[in-house]
Amino acid sequence: MRLKRKDILTIEDLDRDEIGLILSTAESFKEVSDREIKKVPTLRGRTIINLFYEASTRTRTSFEIAAKRMSADAINISASSSSVVKGETLKDTAKNLEAMNPDCIVLRHPSSGTPQILSRLLRCSVINAGDGAHEHPSQALLDLLTVKQRFGKINGLKVAIVGDIAHSRVARSNIYGFIKLGARVSVAGPPTMMPSGIDKMGCGVCYNVEDAILDADVIMMLRIQLERQNGCLFPTAREYSRLFGLDSKKLEKAKKDVVILHPGPINRGIEISSDVADGEYSLILNQVKNGVAVRMALFYLLLGGSRE
Amino acid sequence: MKRLLIKGGRVIDPASGIDGIFNVYAVGGKIAAVKPHVQTPDSGPQSDDWDIIDAAGLIVCPGFIDMHTHLREPGYEYKETIQTGTMAAAAGGFTSVACMANTNPVNDNASVTRYILKKAAEEAVVKVFPVGAISKELKGEMLAEIGELKEAGCVAISDDGRPVISSALMRLALEYAKPFGLLVISHSEDIGLAADGVMNEGLISTKLGLKGIPNAKEDIMVARDIALAELTGARLHIAHISTKGAVELVRNAKQRGVNVTAEVTPHHFTLTDEAVVGYNTNTKMNPPLRTKDDIDAIKIGLQDGTIDAVVTDHAPQSIDEKDVEFDNAANGIVGLETALPLLLRLVSEGVISLSALIEKLSANPAKLLRLGGKGKLRVGADADITVIDLNKEWVVDAKNLKSKSRNTPFDGWKMKGRVVKTIVRGKVVYEW
Amino acid sequence: MVKKKSIIDEKGIERALTRIAHEIIEKNRGAEDIILLGIPTRGVHIAKRLRDILKSIENINLPVGSLDATLYRDDIGMKHDQPILKETDIPVPIDNKKIIIVDDVLFTGRTIRAAMNVIMDFGRPSSIHLAVLIDRGHRELPIRPDYVGKNVPTSTQETIKVHLKETDGIDEVVVGTDNEA
Repeated sequence: MRLKRKDILTIEDLDRDEIGLILSTAESFKEVSDREIKKVPTLRGRTIINLFYEASTRTRTSFEIAAKRMSADAINISASSSSVVKGETLKDTAKNLEAMNPDCIVLRHPSSGTPQILSRLLRCSVINAGDGAHEHPSQALLDLLTVKQRFGKINGLKVAIVGDIAHSRVARSNIYGFIKLGARVSVAGPPTMMPSGIDKMGCGVCYNVEDAILDADVIMMLRIQLERQNGCLFPTAREYSRLFGLDSKKLEKAKKDVVILHPGPINRGIEISSDVADGEYSLILNQVKNGVAVRMALFYLLLGGSRE
Repeated sequence: MKRLLIKGGRVIDPASGIDGIFNVYAVGGKIAAVKPHVQTPDSGPQSDDWDIIDAAGLIVCPGFIDMHTHLREPGYEYKETIQTGTMAAAAGGFTSVACMANTNPVNDNASVTRYILKKAAEEAVVKVFPVGAISKELKGEMLAEIGELKEAGCVAISDDGRPVISSALMRLALEYAKPFGLLVISHSEDIGLAADGVMNEGLISTKLGLKGIPNAKEDIMVARDIALAELTGARLHIAHISTKGAVELVRNAKQRGVNVTAEVTPHHFTLTDEAVVGYNTNTKMNPPLRTKDDIDAIKIGLQDGTIDAVVTDHAPQSIDEKDVEFDNAANGIVGLETALPLLLRLVSEGVISLSALIEKLSANPAKLLRLGGKGKLRVGADADITVIDLNKEWVVDAKNLKSKSRNTPFDGWKMKGRVVKTIVRGKVVYEW
Repeated sequence: MVKKKSIIDEKGIERALTRIAHEIIEKNRGAEDIILLGIPTRGVHIAKRLRDILKSIENINLPVGSLDATLYRDDIGMKHDQPILKETDIPVPIDNKKIIIVDDVLFTGRTIRAAMNVIMDFGRPSSIHLAVLIDRGHRELPIRPDYVGKNVPTSTQETIKVHLKETDGIDEVVVGTDNEA
């Protein structure tokens, strides 16, 4: 079994078996991070460039640690420190990086579709580390892994994704991923945060958080991007928190074995209260841990084979 | 004196109701005669007196008039020039183009108009009719010198590329343009609604994570402009109509007797927003590619006469403006050289007759822009003629376009039907 | 045409493992501090069987782990398909312990080299031994088993398959000859 693709751009592109292979490979990689020497020589001599056009601590660090634990050479380029500020185009940046012969470019970009465009320009592998409001495939894969570890399966689970669906790449990737593996997904939040046609993506839509979490096995709270809102999509953070945020009172009505995910970074007291974020139902730190394993698996599956 | 005979073609001239096998005679750049073709060995003039084009099996019709082109000169010569743009026009069968005012400097005063016409006189392959700006620098704040623009040769006014946001200014423009007989062409969008949208709003934009542009953005402004046309009684023309709602608004307004007309581009009824999947920046344009519902409404609009004209909105952009992130890519596509075969699909689908199509490409634009002597094959009219082979199959190759830019979503498309000769004032300016 | 021949049966495997168990005790003067690490998949099952035999002899319950050396292979990036990862589970600290690597068939020795590198990344054992059910020869590295169930000289065209009840429903060792090869 092999991942027959050069790039990981979207969950939409991946089929069930491919997702299964990535998750089982990631499962094997989890153990490496628990070792005293957290490093395997597998990708010795391979070069991985983390090209980040958007601020990110968690995702970039996770990809970097994953690369280093595989013994690959990882180089980080962030928009602020590269020639991006000098007005170089994406195409030129990409072509120049390729001239240095990396094996993989991990791209985070604020414009949707940029990883696709880049992958057409480059011979090396491209991993999408989040593009605009489009997709964030490695995040969805680590979420799937986290949920699968807890429940032993994905099939048949009910997943509620709550928050700004319209601007969320995490939501889109998870909608595809959970549905492909047989879960039922519903999205919830104020109508101003529901993108047009979301109901046609195979998920239920509701505007009431209590209803959405009532029979959910998994609650995924999305980060409210306060810096992006300008108070436009909802009147105030206070009202949002009261009506759409998750707190222990709302959680009382949820299932006893419900789990809570959040892609981070969390706005404590806005979309999720501190007691819930740190509480017994929260798998937030498992997500972070699994993130490294999933990204190691992606590197292994993309770069571990021969280059034709 | 130059004498031209186009012999034995199927002549379609909607302006004079002709559709049959005729010979067209042109002398001194004017149509001299259109006579039934008689198949006798010695019929007609001798070949040494006349340039003879054998058009047997071909369509001969009035030269096309594109009332919505961007020639980019002055200011953006790296995208297109008057020379390359009119060469592209000739290759697409267009013998006249009306060029929009969003050049640099903006065509908001007579000196720019005169510059364009001077360059056109020197370098253009087809006739160029400038469209002046509605407002100074397209800023939507103060009226441009519309009277002088008219005197200098502008045939219409438009802030195309931008809407006139202020209703007050749009009203002034409509009123002021009236005595000059200038058509006011409205780029109708309510900018405030989805200002950062880059494609049609719907399932596809949601899946692609791209900011959407709802139909309402166009509908709102079309409704406003129709209300202002009704208020002022001026001649309003809706540019590049793209939504079902806008088609309905124009239809209703026409029924009420409002002086409104509309145009549509080939891409807006050929492609839907699904073409954006894959993030090809050559599918990014404004207004955006819409849905099948909208296309169906546009086709009915073409059928019932709600939509008067077909235009290209030829919008050349350099590779550097398109070979970037989708969000950052410039809007628009080149359209002059791919328009006809896309339009002929409407004929083979049975949406409109060939004659009605030719009317929307020639007689109607001539009427709207009041171009005397254009858009018809009557005796005394300019001998602007397009010859078409309906059965010619060819493949679009962006590399081989006459336009300076290559931003077409139709690269590699198999086309049927093409222009084989374009004649301007009796002179062949393009040959396949 | 592929011809297959069973060369060792259930009894034979049992006898071989019993002998290996005795040799382990002899060589290590008992079974103290020994950790059995099987190479997945069949090496792990053989390791568990050895543990059971050693328990019946010495009455000691040795830890058994699983040691997947895939990530340390020297042919990563050379094969078209990446090998599927299997479980690595080393249940106890290995510092100053006596490791016995257990595999079903010893061939080129490359897997054992990789396995030793894995072990070194986990700690510093006092010794590493190698136990295999079958040694078929053709070593490409200076590696030699300490405990061998049976030496089976083979040609490179031949295949050797160890079948175990746990994975294959039957205990036997099969030699295959591919005549077309």
